[in-house]
Formats: sequence, C-alpha cells, structure tokens
Amino acid sequence: MKSLFATLALTTALTFPGLATARPVTLTTTLNNYGGDGAYLALYVTDASGAYVGSLWMAGGKSKYYEHLSDWYRATGGDTAQVNGITGASVGAGRTLEITLDLADALFDAGYTLHIDAAVEDMRDSPNEVAVPLTTDGAGTPVRGRRYVASFAYDM
Amino acid sequence: MIRALHRWPGLLALALVTILSMSGAALSVFPAAERLAAPQVEAGLTVATLADRIQAAYPGVEQIRRSPSGRITAYWFDQGTPGAAVINPATGEGVALADPNQTLRWLTNLHRSLFLGDGGRIAMATGALAMLVLSLSGAALIARRAGGWRRWFAPLRGPLAARLHVGIARIAVIGLVLSSTTALWMTASTFDLLPDGGAAPAFPAEVSGQTGVAFDQMALLTDTPVAELRELSFPYSSDAADVFTLKTNGGTGYLDQGSGALLAWADLSGWERVSETIYMLHTGQGAAMLGLVLGLMALGVPVIGATGVLIWLVGRRGRPRIRGNQPASRAETILLVGSEGGSTWGFAATLHAALSQAGQSVHVGPMSGFAPKRYARAQRIILLAATYGDRAAPASAKGFLDRLNALEHTPDAPLAVLGFGDRSFPAYCGYARTVAEVAAAKGWPELMPLDMIDRQSPQDFARWGRVLGDALGIELDLSHEPVLPKSQTLTLVSRRDYGAEVQAPTAILRFALPRVSLWQRLTGGGFARFLAGDLIGILPEGSAVPRLYSLASGSRDGFIEIVVKKHVGGLCSGQLTALEPGDTVTGFLRRNPGFRPGRSRAPLILIGAGTGIGPLAGFIRSNRSGRPVHLFFGMRDPDSDFFYGEEFPVWKEEGRVTRLVTAVSRGARPHYVQDALRGEATQVAELIRNGARVMVCGGRDMAAGVADALVEILAPAGLTPAVLKAEGRYVEDVY
Repeated sequence: MKSLFATLALTTALTFPGLATARPVTLTTTLNNYGGDGAYLALYVTDASGAYVGSLWMAGGKSKYYEHLSDWYRATGGDTAQVNGITGASVGAGRTLEITLDLADALFDAGYTLHIDAAVEDMRDSPNEVAVPLTTDGAGTPVRGRRYVASFAYDM
Repeated sequence: MIRALHRWPGLLALALVTILSMSGAALSVFPAAERLAAPQVEAGLTVATLADRIQAAYPGVEQIRRSPSGRITAYWFDQGTPGAAVINPATGEGVALADPNQTLRWLTNLHRSLFLGDGGRIAMATGALAMLVLSLSGAALIARRAGGWRRWFAPLRGPLAARLHVGIARIAVIGLVLSSTTALWMTASTFDLLPDGGAAPAFPAEVSGQTGVAFDQMALLTDTPVAELRELSFPYSSDAADVFTLKTNGGTGYLDQGSGALLAWADLSGWERVSETIYMLHTGQGAAMLGLVLGLMALGVPVIGATGVLIWLVGRRGRPRIRGNQPASRAETILLVGSEGGSTWGFAATLHAALSQAGQSVHVGPMSGFAPKRYARAQRIILLAATYGDRAAPASAKGFLDRLNALEHTPDAPLAVLGFGDRSFPAYCGYARTVAEVAAAKGWPELMPLDMIDRQSPQDFARWGRVLGDALGIELDLSHEPVLPKSQTLTLVSRRDYGAEVQAPTAILRFALPRVSLWQRLTGGGFARFLAGDLIGILPEGSAVPRLYSLASGSRDGFIEIVVKKHVGGLCSGQLTALEPGDTVTGFLRRNPGFRPGRSRAPLILIGAGTGIGPLAGFIRSNRSGRPVHLFFGMRDPDSDFFYGEEFPVWKEEGRVTRLVTAVSRGARPHYVQDALRGEATQVAELIRNGARVMVCGGRDMAAGVADALVEILAPAGLTPAVLKAEGRYVEDVY
C-alpha cells in the first residue's frame, strides 16, 4: 500500500480541508494488445478548473521519455520530483496495472478529474488517454481509454 | 599486457558481442529499407501545406511525425476510433500501415536488452564496452605486429585463422569502435547519466482564446520545410486554451490556434544535438548508408571471434600446461623462457615441475615479459634461451636485451643462463651467449656459468639439472622427454637421380601432399601451408632424432620436394635415397621464416651449391610475378649433378629466372660459385646497390667463400655483407 498522503502534500504543496480523512483506493488499468513495447502511463489529478493538483503514479522509469506524456509533462514541466517514490515499471501490452493508495476523501465529489497520459515507443503519444471525474458514485465503473487502455476503474 | 587485455575480454564477452553484432547487422537494414519505401517529398513542400493536406484527408488528425528517413506518419481519431497511417505527402492520404514492425521491435529489444529490461541493458552495455576494449587493444596489436600504424595494411602471413582474424578486423575495427562508443553514450543517455534531456519551452500562460486559424496563416509553418519537421501536435478540438506544438530539427515551439502566432520557442541544447547525432551514427536512422556499412562491418565479428578462439587454442597447445605456476611477485625462482618453436617451453615445464616438487615456488614466463621490479621475492633468476637464426632473439624473448640494457641496476637475485641450440651451427647458442655477456657486463651476479644443451639432449639437461641442484642445495632430477611435432606419413611419388658419376649420389624426391584436415587448414598446422625454404623434419627408422631438410616446393605447388645427397654411413640420407615411388616416410613441418624471398619486387640474387639449390629452385618455381632473379649455381659436373637442369630452360622462358650462372668444380680449371660471383662482380654490385636481396644456401665452406667474395665485390660501393645482413637483405641457410 502506497501512502499518497505525504506524497501529495509534499509534491503539490496543496493542502486539502479534511486531509486527515482518507481511504484506500485501488486503481486498475488494463491495456489492450496494441502490439508495441511497454507503455508509459502517468496517472494524475486536476481540479475543477483543469489545473494540475498532483500525481498518483508513474509507470515507466526513464525520465527522458516523460515528454511523450505531453499533458502531464506540460502541467509539471517534466518535474520528476512529482513522481518521486511513486514510480514503477512500464506496463506491457495486454497487462494490468493495479495500484492501491490512500486518497483524501476531499478529492471525491469535488470536481476533481483523474487523467492518464500514455505513450509507447514508435507509436502515437496519447495524452489524456483517460479522463474520469472522481466521484463516489463512479467508483467501480470501468471506462475505456482512447487508444491503449482497454479499461480503467477505481474501487473504494 | 595488451595481449591479455585483448584475450580475456574477448573470450568472456564472445557470446554477448556476437549477439550484439549479429542483431546490429540485421537492424542496420531497416533504416535503408524505410528510406527506400518512404514516399518522396516534393521540393519546397512546407509544413503548412502538408498539415493542410493531411487534415483534409483526416479531419480528426492529432499528430504528424516525420522520421529521420523522411517517412511521414499521421495519427488521428475518427469518431472515437484511433487511426494511424504512413502518409503520401503529395496527397495527404495514407498509403501504408503505421504499426510498428514486429521483427524490428523483436530485434531492437534483443539488441539493447536481451529482453531483460534494465539488467539486460547493462549487460549489453558491458558487451559494448568489451567490444571497445577489444577493438582498441586489437588495433594496438595489429600496429605492433605490422611494425607501426602506417603499415596497417601490410600483407598478412601465417595460418588461415590468423589471416582471417586480422584481415577482417583491421577493416571492421573502425565500425566497431564507432558502434561501441555510440552504444555506451546511448546507454548513459537512457539511464539519465547525461544532461541531454529535452528542454521544452514553458507553456504559454496567455493565448488568444480564438480557434480555427488556417495553416497558411501560421508564419512558422509556412516557413518550415517538411525536411526540417519532426513532429506537429494539434490542439484538442474542445480546448481553446490549447496550442499547436511544433518540433523541428532546431527546437520546440508553441503556436496559437487562433492567431497562428509563435507563443514560445526553445532551441535544442548542445547536449541534445550531440546525443541526436550519436543516435543517428549508431542506428543509421537518417544515415542509412552509414548504417549499412556499420552493419556489414559488424557481420565480421562472429568470424573474428571464432578465429580468435582458434588462435588462442593453438597458442595454448604450443606450450605445455604449467601446473601451479606462481605469480611473479611471490615466486622465489623466476624461470624465463626464450623459445621460437615451443620446444624450450617443454624443458621449462620439466624444470618447473621438478623445482616445485622440491618445495620451491617457481614462476614461469616468457623472456619478453622480463620485469625485474615485479620479482619482489626472487632469490634466483634462470633463463632458458634458444636462438633464432644466427644470434637473434627467439619469438618469446623479443625485447629482452633492450630491457636488460635499459636497467640501471641488475636484480640482486643471481642469474643462470641455459642456452639451447645445435652444435653444428657456428653461432651455437648465439643468443644465450649474447645474453650472458650483456648480463655479466652489467654486473649481474652469477648463480651458475652459462651452459648449453645440444639438440634438445635430455642427457645434457639432466646434467645441468644436477649442477643447479648442487647450487641450490637440493636434489634435482630432471628427466625430460622432448615432444616432437606430430608427424605425418608421406608417400614418395617420384625420384630423379643425379651425381652417381661424380661420387655424390643425390636424389630429388617428390612426395604427395598428405591430406589436410579443416582444423589444420584453419590453424596452419601440419602441411596445410608452407613455402619453399621451410624445413621438413624426417624421422629415420631406428632414431628418435629428426633430420631437417630444406623444402624445394611450397604448398601451392601441390607436392613436397627435397634434394637429398646420400652421405656415407648416413642413417637418414641412406633411407631416403633408397625410397622407391609408393614407399613412405614420416615427417613434420618446421617453419623457417628467416629464409624467405619476401614479396618485394627487388631483384633476388640466389647463390647455392650442391643440394643447396633445393629451396632456391623452389623460389624460382614460385616466382609467378616475373621478379628479376639471378641464380649462381655451383656443381661438380654439368653432365652429372646439374639438379633441375631440365627445368631451368623452361623457367627462363617463363620469366621465373632472369639469369643462370653456373660454376663447375670438376675439370681442368675448378671453378666455384664464389668465383662465378667475382666474374660478375660489376653486375652483382650494381644489383645490390639497387636494393637486391641476397640468399645463400648450401654448405658452410661455400657460404664462407661467398661472404668473402661479396666483401671484395661490395667494397668499392662502400657496402659489406654485415651491413646487408643487418638490413635483412642478406640471409643464409647453411648446413
């Protein structure tokens, strides 16, 4: 279990009202068989105005390729400090990435959106592959991505 | 040192380097194929026009990319379905699928990481490092062997494996150095060890808020030719705050989707440019021709690797294995070997074993590795030195005397020198004598006086061992059985007899070439490859000591030929001259690299008498290039012992020999070959002044007479045979 508590507070310098209350959330991302090398995925949150709030996970270890996750890169300026400690391996075609983190209650039903940017070597960059509003009602409902993500769901 | 730096990385990394080079060679084809298949861009096409065409064909276009090969790919969404295609820039329409080539992907992953992720990347980078070390150490070895960097492409000698190894390596090394250094750079870049990351400009805070500008209103796009394009990303259709992102060979910028204005721009950094150039040099993407050349050079690696292993194996076999060899820094006894053909190593192994058994710690090494500073615990130093040619250092002692002469102080540990040679040669153990003299002159303390072993005599060696044992205060019993080269059975195919009338019965014996195995062909073993002037060792029945004869033929002639005179009571010559076609003898080949005409075009003066004509006739027979050859041939009676008398007119006709001068010793006025030389003094001097090479073969007295004659002949020109010898232009094969 990864604690996003400290991470979000540290990396975004944003404080949420009622941050003390948080719950474990499981994010499940399954990729389709797109026929390429492992995909880089950036999972991050924006607020109601579309402004970047913080990163949840970075699948892919080589920062020199982060520029292909273009929305995330643009929002963070490619700042690797944003994903310090929450970085894992890239995700192969057809594979599933499952991560569980403590997410602040305040992130739900408050206009926040979870985004996934995806990129694969020698294939199209897919910023905004997935964009789902974070709501308690929406939990457990899988959504399709635009190009690489076969299904994405968050469960509480 | 350099050799060790070449050998061990080579053997350890062989598999890795082979995979790297083979996959690299296969990958090198792809950029060229892509270059050929990519639809051509019309001259002067701008990014604006291209984007306009593509958007007309695919309204949902999101991104346009141009690869270094010139191939243009577009990515779009059509009612939520992603699409991608290779674009014909003339129409904006897709012409081929844009999916990655699965073979290319497989090969790429094998090449860079063995499908093992980061661990595999590091392994392959280690392979690239090994390739670099091998290339550089190999280049140093080639230069050293050829005698300097300027003689890089000097003709190659030796067994097939060695010629293949160096012949391919000296061309491929350029590509291998380039490929391995760029590989290391790319690995460092992948692992973020280099500051060559992309520097995108800051995203503009203010945009016009408008959308829908036409491409031809965007100044930067109308100014940028397609050849400069790398990537054009379109804004999200629903987001008025988004922008166009343009990447070119010069940098990255953002363009307003309402006004078309350039909002921000960042040039490529110097590091990025360097890294991109290196990427191009390594992959051939954007330099397809170079990629193909590098791929071709990489193809040589498996051959270089396999022949390298062969060379190493053969070299190991040439020396006996020395069990329990101590490091030089810890040994009490340092045993250094100067060996040409390898037999002295056998004696060293026997001595090492006996001393070790007596409780000594002994280090055995070549004399060329003489490094007194390392002999920290040495109490004695023993040299076992053969002689090469007259007085020259044998192969494993090259450079020893220079190092000894350069020493300020000789080691404190006392020295014993044991020479190996053949008493029938005037310079018996000449090199060992020289070494002992130099050591004494430098004040090196003596453990034992110089001693010598005649013709690998086990008795001599055992006697010397007892003296050494006395000096050390131990019982030393050296029983050495010399190992002879593996001999082969040779079948006589024909014989021609001469000289019976002049009491010198002589036969030219021609043997069939024995069957040569592939292994022998590769390693140059057995009778796979030999030249006239090399030696054949014949083991007569009833004796273990071989007799050596000069060969009158090379392997290219397709037979083995020697000229043998029957000596009174001679065991071997008696058996040989009694052979009839179909009979067999056993023999082995021994190289004689010091007695070869060489490949130069300079005139040759060949001087021989009696059976000494053998190798000289062989040189003439193999002179296919019409090199000027002047032969001085001494015989007893032209009607009886004019060896090769039938061939000479033919050889002259074919231009293999320019001039034949004979000297006849029987008759009213005895005339010897040195007299014939004097008779032609003017021409001989003229030839030598113009660079001619002199080769003498025959009995010792004749050779001495020839040398005296040459002293007289050359004096007016201010030259001496000694000077010619030092220049390698006067060589003798004397018996």
